[in-house]
Amino acid sequence: MTNGHNPVVAFDAVSKSFGAKQVLSDVSWSVPEGEAVCILGRSGTGKSVTLKLIISLLKPDQGSIRVDQDEVTQLEAPRLSTVRRKIGYLFQDAALFDSLTVYENLAVPLKRLTQKSQDEIDSVVDRVLGQVGLAGDKAKMPSELSGGMRKRAGLARALMLEPKILLADEPSSGLDRITASEIDELLLRQKAEHKTTLIVVTHDVHGARRVADRLVVLDRGKVIAQGTVAEVEHSENEVARKLIGSNA
Amino acid sequence: MTNVFELAGKMSLFGLRAAIDSFRRPFEGGQIVGQLGEIGANTLPLVIASGFALGAVMTLHTHSMLVMFGASAISPAVQALAFFLEIGPLVTGLLVAGRAGSGIGAVLADMRATEQIDGMESLSLDSFKFLVVPRIIACTLALPLLTLFLDFSGLAGGFLSEYATSRVSLPLYIYRAFSNFQWANFWPPTLKTCVFGFTIGTISSFFGYTTNEGAQGVGKAATNSVVVSSLIIILLDVLLIKVIFFLFPESAL
Repeated sequence: MTNGHNPVVAFDAVSKSFGAKQVLSDVSWSVPEGEAVCILGRSGTGKSVTLKLIISLLKPDQGSIRVDQDEVTQLEAPRLSTVRRKIGYLFQDAALFDSLTVYENLAVPLKRLTQKSQDEIDSVVDRVLGQVGLAGDKAKMPSELSGGMRKRAGLARALMLEPKILLADEPSSGLDRITASEIDELLLRQKAEHKTTLIVVTHDVHGARRVADRLVVLDRGKVIAQGTVAEVEHSENEVARKLIGSNA
Repeated sequence: MTNVFELAGKMSLFGLRAAIDSFRRPFEGGQIVGQLGEIGANTLPLVIASGFALGAVMTLHTHSMLVMFGASAISPAVQALAFFLEIGPLVTGLLVAGRAGSGIGAVLADMRATEQIDGMESLSLDSFKFLVVPRIIACTLALPLLTLFLDFSGLAGGFLSEYATSRVSLPLYIYRAFSNFQWANFWPPTLKTCVFGFTIGTISSFFGYTTNEGAQGVGKAATNSVVVSSLIIILLDVLLIKVIFFLFPESAL
């Protein structure tokens, strides 16, 4: 699946369980730099766990996970922090810090992890908020934002450190079709303009077809199909065909 | 029983990590001041009201007994010693555990449930240093200050109660309260509340920060913070009194 490019994220025989529940079992897949991969699957098949493994919020029970050539399963704090700075993470419910304004949410990583001056930070925050259509909302608290606005603010925060890889967990969940399309547009624009590698977990097949260069389909903790949309549509696995065809 | 020891071990390591991290840069001054303000604002009215009521009630109970033995003049001294030595530190500890401890547990558990802590980690921010350490430091610093408020509001309540029955003047009340008072009666018991504060901050943060039960964990973290903190404070109080008597024999009555 490398398409001639180096894989920027690669899973090799990864397994993860929580107690007796096996969530991922011997999973292998990779994504080349600058491509968009959508991870599809039924609820509880380990899609969100996959994203948390990439950014090392969870550790696998076994297997190897490489992010930009670094084996993240073995990394300790200082090096892990460097790897995480290459990754932006849009959480399912945005995970904005609810005691901070939208501006402060976005400024926190710049203030703490870069040497930028206050003017530079203001300028970056204004630019990114403008990109996601929240230019006039920086003084608002997260509780004052609608679901779509929260997602945009979460996306803006994920982009603050100009990540090489963007992880998005259900970017369209709970949103109407128009707002979901707008979020998809933002993801695609990020990929096109900044060559950002996208890894998107979603139930939205319509969105996945728009965004993805490739699909990875998970079922019961295993990869049951992967490839382009056309390849998955013609997969031998019936569950994979149903999943990709269900909204088609 | 094994679970209790395991929990105690985990909490101890959590507290140790916080103690070490509190000497590591960045020092999170803004966060500490913010948490101090929050703990103070949340707890101060309760502390003052409780101290005042306790002081008044205690005087009402002891006054008639002391009059019977012709010792009503020592009522202010009894009040001062009781508050500075024991009532102030212990009651303040329990009030802070109930008010601020539950708040810390609930807030951190909510941040865990809503993935805010994961969000922080994903941005390469040290969530433990940013969220836990300032709360523990703030509790450690706030407790002695709040204890002083409770001590003096207890004396104020005692004075008003005494004044209502014997019309004692304020200067005479203060003179009688502190004429035989020693620094050893003041510093050790007041400073032992730093240990209470560290304990409340550590236990509450532990239950909030380490929960993984979603929304249900928020209520559980708040309850556990109060129950376990209160219990440990009472046990620590007994131990620390022994330590104080050993280090400052003159403070033993």
